[in-house]
Amino acid sequence: MMWSQWLPTWITLSPLLGVALLLMVPRESKKAHRIIGILTTFIPLILAFQMYFLFDKKMTDMQMTISIPWIEVPIGTISYAMGVDGLSMPLVFLTCLISTLAAFASLYIRERTKLYYILFLLLEVGMLGVFLANDLFLFFLFFEVTLVAAFFLVGIWGYTEKEKAATQFLIYNGLGSAVMLLGIVLLFVLTKTLDYSALPTAISLLGAVESYDTVLWVAFVAFLVAFAIKLPIFPFHSWMLRMHVEAPTPIVMIHSGILLKMGAYGLLRFGVGMFGDYMKELAWLLMILGLVNILYGAILAFAQKEFKRVLAFSSISHMGILLLGIAALNQIGLQGALFQAISHGLISALMFFLVGSMYERTKTTMLSELGGLAKSVPVLSGLMLVAGFALLGLPGLSGFISEFLAFVGIFQVNPWLAAVGTIGLILAAAYTLRVVLKTTFGPMKDHYVGLADLRVKEVLPMFVLVGFIVLIGVYPKLLEESIQVTLHQMLLKIGG
Amino acid sequence: MQSINWGIMAPEITVAIAIAVAILLDLFLKRSVSRNWIGWVSLIGVAVAGSFVIYQFNLPTSGLFDGIYVLAIPNLMWKLLLLIGMALIILVSMGQKQDELGSYRGEYYYLLLLALLGGMFVVSTWDLLTIYVGLELLSIASYILVGIRKKRAVSGEAAWKYLVLGGVSSAFILYGMSFVIGLTGTTNIIDIIHLGGVPEINEIYVYLSLFLLMVGIGFKVASAPFHAWVPDVYQGAPTAVTSFLAVVSKIAVLALFTPLLLTYAALSMKAWNEVIVILIMVLAALSMLVGNAVALRQTNVKRMMAYSSIANAGYALVPFTRTDGIFIEGSMFYSSLFFYLLAYLFTTIGVFAVIQLVEQKEKSQDLKAFAGLYRRSPGLAVAMTLFIISSAGIPITAGFFGKFYIISGILSSWDNLWLVVVMLLTTVVSYYYYFSVIRQMFFRPAPSMIEVTTPKSVGFVISISCVVVILMGLLSPFLMDTFQRLFT
Repeated sequence: MMWSQWLPTWITLSPLLGVALLLMVPRESKKAHRIIGILTTFIPLILAFQMYFLFDKKMTDMQMTISIPWIEVPIGTISYAMGVDGLSMPLVFLTCLISTLAAFASLYIRERTKLYYILFLLLEVGMLGVFLANDLFLFFLFFEVTLVAAFFLVGIWGYTEKEKAATQFLIYNGLGSAVMLLGIVLLFVLTKTLDYSALPTAISLLGAVESYDTVLWVAFVAFLVAFAIKLPIFPFHSWMLRMHVEAPTPIVMIHSGILLKMGAYGLLRFGVGMFGDYMKELAWLLMILGLVNILYGAILAFAQKEFKRVLAFSSISHMGILLLGIAALNQIGLQGALFQAISHGLISALMFFLVGSMYERTKTTMLSELGGLAKSVPVLSGLMLVAGFALLGLPGLSGFISEFLAFVGIFQVNPWLAAVGTIGLILAAAYTLRVVLKTTFGPMKDHYVGLADLRVKEVLPMFVLVGFIVLIGVYPKLLEESIQVTLHQMLLKIGG
Repeated sequence: MQSINWGIMAPEITVAIAIAVAILLDLFLKRSVSRNWIGWVSLIGVAVAGSFVIYQFNLPTSGLFDGIYVLAIPNLMWKLLLLIGMALIILVSMGQKQDELGSYRGEYYYLLLLALLGGMFVVSTWDLLTIYVGLELLSIASYILVGIRKKRAVSGEAAWKYLVLGGVSSAFILYGMSFVIGLTGTTNIIDIIHLGGVPEINEIYVYLSLFLLMVGIGFKVASAPFHAWVPDVYQGAPTAVTSFLAVVSKIAVLALFTPLLLTYAALSMKAWNEVIVILIMVLAALSMLVGNAVALRQTNVKRMMAYSSIANAGYALVPFTRTDGIFIEGSMFYSSLFFYLLAYLFTTIGVFAVIQLVEQKEKSQDLKAFAGLYRRSPGLAVAMTLFIISSAGIPITAGFFGKFYIISGILSSWDNLWLVVVMLLTTVVSYYYYFSVIRQMFFRPAPSMIEVTTPKSVGFVISISCVVVILMGLLSPFLMDTFQRLFT
C-alpha cells in the first residue's frame, strides 16, 4: 500500500488525535485545551498541502483511492472508500484552512473549553469525511457527524436564542438527511453499489429501463431536496438565518464557510456527476430557483437591521449565483460554481470573524447602534472594508472571478436570465456598502471611544484569509488547474 | 416410551430453581439482611441460564413433547436477548434506594424471574396453549411488579389499568386462538402448518381469529392503536420495571409474531397475501406515527420514553412484513430483527438506568430534572447522550445500523416503500423529543451542583450499554455477518 492511498483517511481522521489528547486533559486547564485544539487543526492542514502537491492534475478519475469492503448485506456491498479528485481537492483545502482559522477565532469561547474543542474537532472530521468519502453510505455517515457536532456547538456556545437555532437546525437538516437516506437506499437497491466510481455508469444503464427510471427520479429528487436544504435554496432557507445569527463566531465561520458548501458539493458530485441526465431536465427549475435566491436574498439583505442577518441573506443571494453556475451545466458555469463555493467560503469566514470580533468590543450587532468605528478601531474597520469589497465582487478579489465565471456560464445558456441575475450584483454592492459604511463611518457613538483594536492573534488569521482571497482573485489558475479535468469529465458523461 | 432429554430445558430449569431458592431465602433470611442478596442469587441464576443458552447454540435443532418446546437457533437467540435484558435489569434494580420498594424487595426479584420464565416459554414454544400459558405467567407477574409500590397512588392506578386491560387482551388472544384450534383440531403450530389451508368456506373464521389475536398481541407489544395503557403504566411503575416492560416483555411478545403469523399464512395463503402483510404494515406505521407524534408533547421523561417505546414497537414490526423470508435463503429477516432488538435492548435499558438515577436524586420525572446534568455529572450526561443519539438512529451508533438493516431487509420490493418513508420521516420527528433531553442536559443551567450518585451496579450497566452501543455501531458488519450465518 502506498502512503498516498491512505492520505485521505489520515487527513479525515487526524483531528481524532486531538480528541484523544483532550480527553486526557483535566477540565480546568483551559489554556491546554486551546493549544491542543489549535495545534491539532494544523495536522490535516499540513497533510492537505501534501495532498495538493501529490495531486495529479491531469488525472480524470479519483486518485489516492482506497476501497475496502465493509458492510455486506444481501442487496450489495458497502465499502470503506476514500479518495480525492478535482472537485473535492479545493474543498478539503478550504475545510482545513477555515478550521484552523476558526480554531484561532475560538478565543472568544471561554466556557467549557474541553467539550468545545472535542466537538470542534469532531465537526472537522465530519466535514473532511464528507468531501473525501468515495462511497455514498460513508458520505452519509460523515454528513450526520457534522449535523450532531454542529447542533451541540451552536446550542451550548451560541447567543441568546441558541436553543431555538440549534433545534431548528437539527430538524431541518435531519429532514434533509432522512430524505437523502431514502435516496441512498433506493439507489442501493437498484444499483447494488454505492461506490462513486461505479454509480454513474450504473445509473445511466438503469435509467434506460422505464420502470427503473421512475425510481431513479425519486432518488434524484430526494438528493436534490436534501442538498437544497443544506445550501440552502429558497424556500428551505429559514433555518440558516437563525443559525447565522445565533452561532458563536468560529462556528458561524465554519457553518457559512464550509457546511453550506456541502450542499454545493452534493449538487455537483451527485446531481451533476451521477444524475447528469436528470439534472439536465431540471436545469430550468434550478435556474429559476437560483434567480429567486439571488434576488430574494439581495433585497431582504438590504432591509435588515442587524449585521449578521444581512450576511445571512447575502449568503442566500451568493448561493443563488452558485446555483446558476451549476444550472448552466457547462464547463465555465460549473467552474464558476466551484469557485464561488471556495471564494464565498473564504469571504464569509472573514466577514463573520470580523463581525464576531466587533461584537466582542461593541456588544451589539444592531446597525442602528453602530457607527464611526473607523476612528476607534481602524484595523478592524479597514479589514471590514476589504471583506466588503470582496463580498460585492470587486475585480482583483476572489468574489469577482467566481461570479464572473458563473454568469458567463449561464449567459451562454440563457442570456435573459443572466441579465436579470446581474441585478443581484448591483444590489450586492448596495447592501454590502450599506452595512460596512454604516458601521465604520459616520458619527462615532460616545461609548465606542477607546475601544481596543484587533489583537495580533485576531489579525493574523484574518490576513491569511485576505491573502487567499487576493491570491485567487489575481491568480485564479491556482484553483482552476486542479478542477478543470474533473469538471470536464463530468460534463462528458452528460454529453453536454 | 422414549426418555425425555431434560437437558434441552436446562435454561428454564435453572431459572425455576433460582426462583425457588430466592423464595426460600426471602422466607428464612432475617429481616435485617439486605435483600440485595436475593438479587445476586437471581443474577447468578440468569447468568447460568444464559451460559446454557450459549452452549445450546452448538446443539442440533431438537424439540420436546412434539414441538411444545423447541430448541432452534432463533428461539435460542430470543431467549438470549431476554436473559441479557433481565441480567441488566436486575443490576439496575439493585441500585434502587432501599425505601423504594419497602418490604417487598425480596418478592420483587423472584417476580422478575417468574416473568422471565414466562417469557422464556413464550419464545421457545410452537404450541398455542403453551404460548398462552407463558404469556399469562409473564403478564400476571408484570401486573404485580407494576403495582409493587402499593402505597403510592400512581403505582396503584397503573397496576389497576394494566391488570384490567391486560386481562381483556388475554381474553382476546385466547378467544382468537380457540378458532384456530377449532378449525384444525390441534394446538400444535407445526401440525397446523403441515395441515395446509382451510376450506374456503371457513376462511371467515380465520379472519375473525386473526383480528381477535392481533388486538390481543398488539396490546401486549404496546403498538398503536392499542397503546392507551402504555404511558400511564410506564409512568406509574418503578423505573426498573418500566425498562423491564419496555425491553423484556416487549421482546418476548414480539417473538410470538413469527409462529402466529406463520400459522395464519398456513391456514390461508390468501389471508397472508391480502390481509396480514397489510395489517402488520398498518400496525407498524400507526405505532411509528402515534408514538413519535405524541411523544413530542410530553414533559415527563417516562411518559416520553413510553411513547418512544410505542414507536419502537412499530420499527420492530417492520421486518415482520417479510416473515415469509425465513424460508428464503439469504433473507435478512432474523438478522436485521435481532440486530435491531439488541441495539434497542441496550439503549433502552441504558436510558432507563440514567432516568432512575436522576429520578431518585431529584424526586421528579420531569424533563427539567435533567437540567444541567452535564455540569453535575458529565459522565452520566455523555452516556445519556450516546443512548439518545442511538435511539434517534443517528450514525455511528447501534440504533442507526439497526434501522438501516431493517430498511435494507425489506426493500426487496417496492410495495413497502411507503413504510420506509414513514419510518424515515417519523425518525426525524423523534429527533425533536429525544434531543429535548440533550437540550436540558447541556444547554440549561443546573439547579444545584450536587453530583448525581451512581451506585456501582447501575454504573456498570450504563458503562456496558455505552460500550455495546458504540461497538455495535463500529463493528456492525461483523455482527451482521455472524447473524446471517447463524440464521441460514
